[in-house]
Amino acid sequence: MERGFKMKQKQHGFWDDVKKYRSLLLMLVPAVLFFLLFAYIPMSGIILAFKQYDYTGGVFGSPWNGWDNFKFFFNSGDAWRVTRNTALYNIAFIVVNNVVQIFAAILLFEVAGKWFRKITQTVLFLPYFISWVVVGAIAYNLFNFDVGTINVLLKGLGMQPVDIYNTASYWPVILVVVSAWKTLGYGTIMYLAAITSIDTEMYEAAEIDGANIFQRIMKITVPNLMPTVIILVLLAIGNVFRGDFGMFYNMVGNNGLLFSSTDVIDTFVFRSLTTSNEIGMSAAAGFYQSLLGFVTIMLANYAVRKYDKDRALF
Amino acid sequence: MSSTTANMKTPEVIRKRGNKDKMILAIIGYVTLTVLAIFCIFPFILVVSSSLSEESTIIEKGFQIFPSAFSTEAYSLLFKYPEEMLRAYGITISVTAIGTLFGLFLTSMTAYVLSRRDFKWRGRFSFFFFFTTLFSGGLVPWYLMIVNYLHLKDTLLVLILPLLMNVFYIIVMKSFMSSIPDAITESAKIDGAGDFRIFMQLIVPLSKPALATIGLFIALAYWNDWYNALLFISKSELMPLQYYLYKMLGNMDGMRKAMMASGAVVNTDLPTESLKMAMTIVATGPILLAYPFIQKYFVTGLTIGAVKG
Repeated sequence: MERGFKMKQKQHGFWDDVKKYRSLLLMLVPAVLFFLLFAYIPMSGIILAFKQYDYTGGVFGSPWNGWDNFKFFFNSGDAWRVTRNTALYNIAFIVVNNVVQIFAAILLFEVAGKWFRKITQTVLFLPYFISWVVVGAIAYNLFNFDVGTINVLLKGLGMQPVDIYNTASYWPVILVVVSAWKTLGYGTIMYLAAITSIDTEMYEAAEIDGANIFQRIMKITVPNLMPTVIILVLLAIGNVFRGDFGMFYNMVGNNGLLFSSTDVIDTFVFRSLTTSNEIGMSAAAGFYQSLLGFVTIMLANYAVRKYDKDRALF
Repeated sequence: MSSTTANMKTPEVIRKRGNKDKMILAIIGYVTLTVLAIFCIFPFILVVSSSLSEESTIIEKGFQIFPSAFSTEAYSLLFKYPEEMLRAYGITISVTAIGTLFGLFLTSMTAYVLSRRDFKWRGRFSFFFFFTTLFSGGLVPWYLMIVNYLHLKDTLLVLILPLLMNVFYIIVMKSFMSSIPDAITESAKIDGAGDFRIFMQLIVPLSKPALATIGLFIALAYWNDWYNALLFISKSELMPLQYYLYKMLGNMDGMRKAMMASGAVVNTDLPTESLKMAMTIVATGPILLAYPFIQKYFVTGLTIGAVKG
């Protein structure tokens, strides 16, 4: 290889290429700089996970402390709790969101009314457009103990009001519903696009053969949709250790009473960094998450490649 | 069901049965989708009607879907002393405008280079960008980089820079530009045009649909951003809209103090609950108004992303 490289260099060297592509390379400079500054250089900060951070020393001058940060993170019991929460929430989101979205997409495809279809699609997509802060305000409107709509309804029915913001056990259900609400339109449109691309001849043939509409859905629409579903689900599984910080933070905030069932890796790292100022430990937790994420995404991509090479990420 | 019995029946019977099935499905479809649509829009209606309720009724009876006492007090109070809200609006609008403009320019320029099949290192550079989605240093090093090394804390720039480029948008844009025939670039090159000129004068006009879609995605991300402000903004004059809303929702006491200081209200008659909801509406307003018109661009973006993402 080395010899080949040298030979190539003689006729057409590296710097000749640089010269040849100089304007294209120049056009890449801002993007390269951007990702160096905000992605690659910060990667070197991973060493903080092995250091006792102090402000005078900074990232590179602080003393090493071996695996102490990791020991602290794992021995506190937080590591297991946040990892479990992150993974379980994401799995629940993947299952529930996809089922509801596929169901909605199939129905949307089958109902006849054009205007009905359009309006429904528009309405379902609306929650995607608002910030998590606004979702937090909506949650407050619904769940507040004194004035929240849910308690108004419960009291109206003569039932006891529920203290949602102080009861951890309600939150898994709430967060799954909120996630379904926010992503419904987005996913439905993606699946609808996949259904629309199914060959209509198959439907016509099925109709001639006397298949009823439910058979058509189960035997044609669903199987034809499966490749898309499998790819999207596998890719989502690749991100199973990445919590949606915006969602958890705006729904739950720094409400310690709910942490047992709502704290995910991302909120935990954020809190350790900003409120308890444990730089070394939060860097360790972040590094742990990055590694987990890297391994799962590689595995997911490997699975996608096995299933359908063209749709793999790389 | 049993296809043999169906086949023995006359075509009319089959058609009738088919029609009956279609009817059942139509009923299921319309009912389910209507329920889902109400599920999606109900919270918005709730916030609007709460914002238009009289505070005393809220305190007494709670938030209601149909306000029993109508009042625009919260809004008139908001608009009576709108300085802070307007400043937050100003920050968000500037950040969104500048960020979208530069972000779109840099995203499409990068995507164009990566879409050039004759560019020797396109694979390597693509990987350089893509790798950042697989692995990162985590929140802490990124945070320290911005605060301690780039010294961007409490600057307008910190609201713009972190969201400027996104690998996913580069990929979508690149796959769109790959569908533009190579012959366009090649013939322009023969005419002596430089790469940057080809990009600006030929590729950009041809990419308008993709630019509109990606531009709107970037704009939405800027408009809805509160995270960068949460991490990096402590000065109230630099707070963008969503973060201002976040602050106010969590800290009505601060709001009360500000309003009392400006002489708007005395302590007792501040309509806290309806005011929170009114602020939510005012902060979301532009999105809700623009939504029907911009929605279709997002739909195209999603379907491009779904097919080629």
